[in-house]
Amino acid sequence: MPAETIVEVKEIDMTYEGGVEALAGVSLALPEGRISTFLGPSGCGKTTLLKIIAGLIPPTHGEIWVKGKKVDGPGPERAFVFQDFALLPWANVLRNVAFGLELRGLPAQERHAIARKHIAEVGLKSFEASYPHQLSGGMRQRVGLARALSVDADIILMDEPFSSVDEQTRRKFQEELLDLLRHKHKTVIFVTHSIEEAAYLSDQIILLSPRPGTISNIIRPNIDREGRNPDEIRRDKNYLDAVDEIWEILKHYV
Amino acid sequence: MTLLGRRIPIFFSLVVWFIVWEIIGRAKLSTIVPPFSSVVIAGFTIVPTEKFSKAVMISLRSFAVGMAFALLVGIPLGVLMARVASLGKVLGMWVNIFVSAPISALVPILMAVIGIGESTVVITVFLFAVFVILLDTQVGIKQADRSLVEMARCFGARRYQLYTKVLILCALPEILAGVRLSVIRGVKGVVIGQLLIAILGVGELFELYSQHFLMEEFWALVIIVFMFAFALSEAVALLERRVEYYASSR
Repeated sequence: MPAETIVEVKEIDMTYEGGVEALAGVSLALPEGRISTFLGPSGCGKTTLLKIIAGLIPPTHGEIWVKGKKVDGPGPERAFVFQDFALLPWANVLRNVAFGLELRGLPAQERHAIARKHIAEVGLKSFEASYPHQLSGGMRQRVGLARALSVDADIILMDEPFSSVDEQTRRKFQEELLDLLRHKHKTVIFVTHSIEEAAYLSDQIILLSPRPGTISNIIRPNIDREGRNPDEIRRDKNYLDAVDEIWEILKHYV
Repeated sequence: MTLLGRRIPIFFSLVVWFIVWEIIGRAKLSTIVPPFSSVVIAGFTIVPTEKFSKAVMISLRSFAVGMAFALLVGIPLGVLMARVASLGKVLGMWVNIFVSAPISALVPILMAVIGIGESTVVITVFLFAVFVILLDTQVGIKQADRSLVEMARCFGARRYQLYTKVLILCALPEILAGVRLSVIRGVKGVVIGQLLIAILGVGELFELYSQHFLMEEFWALVIIVFMFAFALSEAVALLERRVEYYASSR
């Protein structure tokens, strides 16, 4: 079933101060309700592209359109999950998860009720009063995810969210993420440097070439995930083909 | 601290010094060093006097007003200096000069310009205290976690929310360290200011005791001022320890 475009990237160029060219002529359409992944070697500008979509960095040239509106900064329809978690060290889990709503001026009782629901969803129910430094990396990223879910954005932008988490936690988290997002009809834009992660999670994988980042290929693995467990997905022919295909392309850049 | 395999409390070193002081005093080696015990007795006799409480009130008032101005100017200006690059460049050099300059040398000029009175002492306290707060606040805000700032912007923080809910709290350990150092400097400021003016507050008492060679009273006053400065800085340190747990986990 064809999905409507929710994010449109139009001819983005990004040159940093000092002349480093991060992105050149990137145009893209990202479908609603799907998981799209930016994949590429380090220095291909994938995080930069994500932050431009988030409205955190203004591009040198080009435009981002989200839900038919031109982006000129962060907006409530987009939420971000950070690579380094970006949790307030002085606030407990509950306040961290509710922080987006706190900034919007929602009364404490209301925002805490919403936050509690999402804390439970990511499996941290008994940790509401804990502080970030008391949590493991995997748990901190769950807090980051719950915070992004709390503001009820249509689009969740994730910048290598599992890169500082160990492999077991990472796999478990990926599965839970798929499970969670399947029910919520969110659009996810994901940045990773892991081929397996990209193939496992994504409906659409955008491969970027390095320096300056341009779109090299777009791969749609077409894996049937409905009603199948993770091990079955990881043995799926389409999954394995996608991993091979990505590697064939990426190895020219390494 | 351990001695001969036994744990002894830290204040033991103070006790040792007081005993040494007592011995030197009793040996009458020098007229400016009376025995410690008579200093303590003198302390108890001067504290209840009206002259003392009046002096303390004046000194405390100058200190409090000067410190309040230092905090009100130092913290916001420090934040601005960190966030507005051009301001940081223009003022940064002056702050660095003044933070290490002997401010006491300026007091006579202040006396000439402002006059011999409480406002000169207030300004002295302010000048002693403000630069270290400025510097520490600036450093704290500059070092604030950039990804926390990005996070706040992402979730729609307005400009004032960025400051009140993220930046100031990020810099709180540095700001409090600056406040603690400035409190200590402020006490110096009030004493030096009043000493140079010599007709006000604690400074007047110091002047009075030393001119009349009342060494017991003089030392008692020194100890009281020391204890005051120490107690204040410990009070701020207590606050600092409360925010330390997140400073170390940033």
